[in-house]
Amino acid sequence: MADPLLQIEGLSKRFGGVVAADAITLDIPAGEFHAVIGPNGAGKTTLIGLLAGEIAPQEGTVRFDGSDITGLPVHRRSMLGIARSFQITSLFPDFTALDNVALAVQAHCGHSFRFWRDARHDEELRKPARAAIERVGLVQCAGVRVDRLSHGEHRQLEIAIALAAKPRLLLLDEPMAGMGPEESAQMVRILRQLKGNITILLIEHDMETVFALADRITVLVYGRIIACGHPAAVRADPAVRQAYLGEKHGGGHG
Amino acid sequence: MTAPLDTSLDSALKAAPESWLAPRTVVTGMLLTVLALVPAYAGLTGRIFVMIFFTRVLIQALGAVSLNLIMGYGGMVSFGHAAYLGIGGYAVGILAKEGIASGFVQWPVAIAVSALFALGVGALSLRTRGVYFIMITLAFAQMIYYVTIGLDRYGGDDGLTIYRRSQFGGLIDLENKMLFYYLCFALLIAAVYLVARLINSRFGLAIRGARSNDRRMLAIGYPTFRYKLVCFVIAGALCGLAGALLANHTNFISPALMHWTRSGDLIVMVVLGGLGSLFGPVIGAATFLLLEEGLSRLTEYPDLILGPVLLLVAVYVNGGIEGLLEGRRRG
Repeated sequence: MADPLLQIEGLSKRFGGVVAADAITLDIPAGEFHAVIGPNGAGKTTLIGLLAGEIAPQEGTVRFDGSDITGLPVHRRSMLGIARSFQITSLFPDFTALDNVALAVQAHCGHSFRFWRDARHDEELRKPARAAIERVGLVQCAGVRVDRLSHGEHRQLEIAIALAAKPRLLLLDEPMAGMGPEESAQMVRILRQLKGNITILLIEHDMETVFALADRITVLVYGRIIACGHPAAVRADPAVRQAYLGEKHGGGHG
Repeated sequence: MTAPLDTSLDSALKAAPESWLAPRTVVTGMLLTVLALVPAYAGLTGRIFVMIFFTRVLIQALGAVSLNLIMGYGGMVSFGHAAYLGIGGYAVGILAKEGIASGFVQWPVAIAVSALFALGVGALSLRTRGVYFIMITLAFAQMIYYVTIGLDRYGGDDGLTIYRRSQFGGLIDLENKMLFYYLCFALLIAAVYLVARLINSRFGLAIRGARSNDRRMLAIGYPTFRYKLVCFVIAGALCGLAGALLANHTNFISPALMHWTRSGDLIVMVVLGGLGSLFGPVIGAATFLLLEEGLSRLTEYPDLILGPVLLLVAVYVNGGIEGLLEGRRRG
């Protein structure tokens, strides 16, 4: 039997007195579309930070494709095939959209100690970059400087950059944050298209999307997993209804 | 679908093909023409001091070009860049004093020692950010400044006279002021070309990406520290070469060359000309030195006028003189 692509075991992280991750144990098999939900402050973004390598845990291990990556720095994990998108858009604002993606491609084409050839006309970089841009439907914006694009386009570009790294595991931190309905629909189309091709861990507030797309859902409250399973099972779980879904109508997620 | 896409993308990416009559092209062209003709003017009118002044412009411009590489493209604001001018200069001066007059030895040593110093400074300072980075680069420059003051054998505070310019075994005679001028000119153009190649290479894009968003660069797999460090070393080496030229130009070196205000001057030249533009530092160096020279003839306190001018440029013009020529204002 093949090992799960991602194995999280007993992962804990405290910031002062706040427990952001409390002995999280979770296996994600290759190809799964896994969603993590939970109220604000449940530690969802911390989990992504722990998996991407930006945050070091106090306890626990993370194994990727069978090997322990708990101590690896961010860029090494990226090389192994873990890519992330950021909740708050994190792009290269003074580069064009295509340059943004090409930069991500370049990161995975060997070292960048190449000092002479014009990288902007290097098909080895441009071709995959164009492919990723097409995949998220941004072709018409490829040559536009990123600071002139809309919020929705920024979010799509986030995904394109993550995809350009040809990841095996994609960590998506609220890709639909702050989007209008039309942009959200476009993003759902993109996610649906990715589903099954890449292992995805998605954090999202939009319940409709989560329950429509996810193979399995993990519910996080105060850094602890209170439920994990198929959407129908999670929806029916009384603890979940009380802790999380019950709040759904109460507070809008700003 | 791919073929038409390619052409439309590539044309869009050429970022509005620049007309040959665009103000910045015209001004850059004019400046280069003037610089190329300075020796002829000086020869015809007998005003050799003009050529000597512009030799200094060329050398300072070379220093500014190197600073622009790390500051304009890499976002690394080094407040100790004059240290490399000094190191390059002292390498030439010390070797000359010890009887090694060959430029084939002096110049590579000037470049190598500067690069080594940059490696040390960068390895430490690049672990910090923002104002800490600025302070550490300044601290290193101050350190080397005081070291040279303590070098009694080489003149200490008073500086060191260089009695013979670097010898290139009959290949080029640096005592010939015109030849020396053109050598500086050629090296400056070569340096600008080098930077132009660098910033559009994979290495250059990695550097510019790190300036733009270091965190994201790490997330997509770049060990940005290494790239920034190598960039820092290249800039140091280039400025060390400018230092070797400077020593040959003035036949004299002293710690004053490395005073922190000299580092400030270099930053001003880069900002004045236009951060992150290829010829900006050249325009900036020429403007700065011309202003300084002209104002010091008019008044005893040139800084009283120079200061506010720089302030206005910094506050109102985005991208220095280059930016002004492009019609970019801070909005």
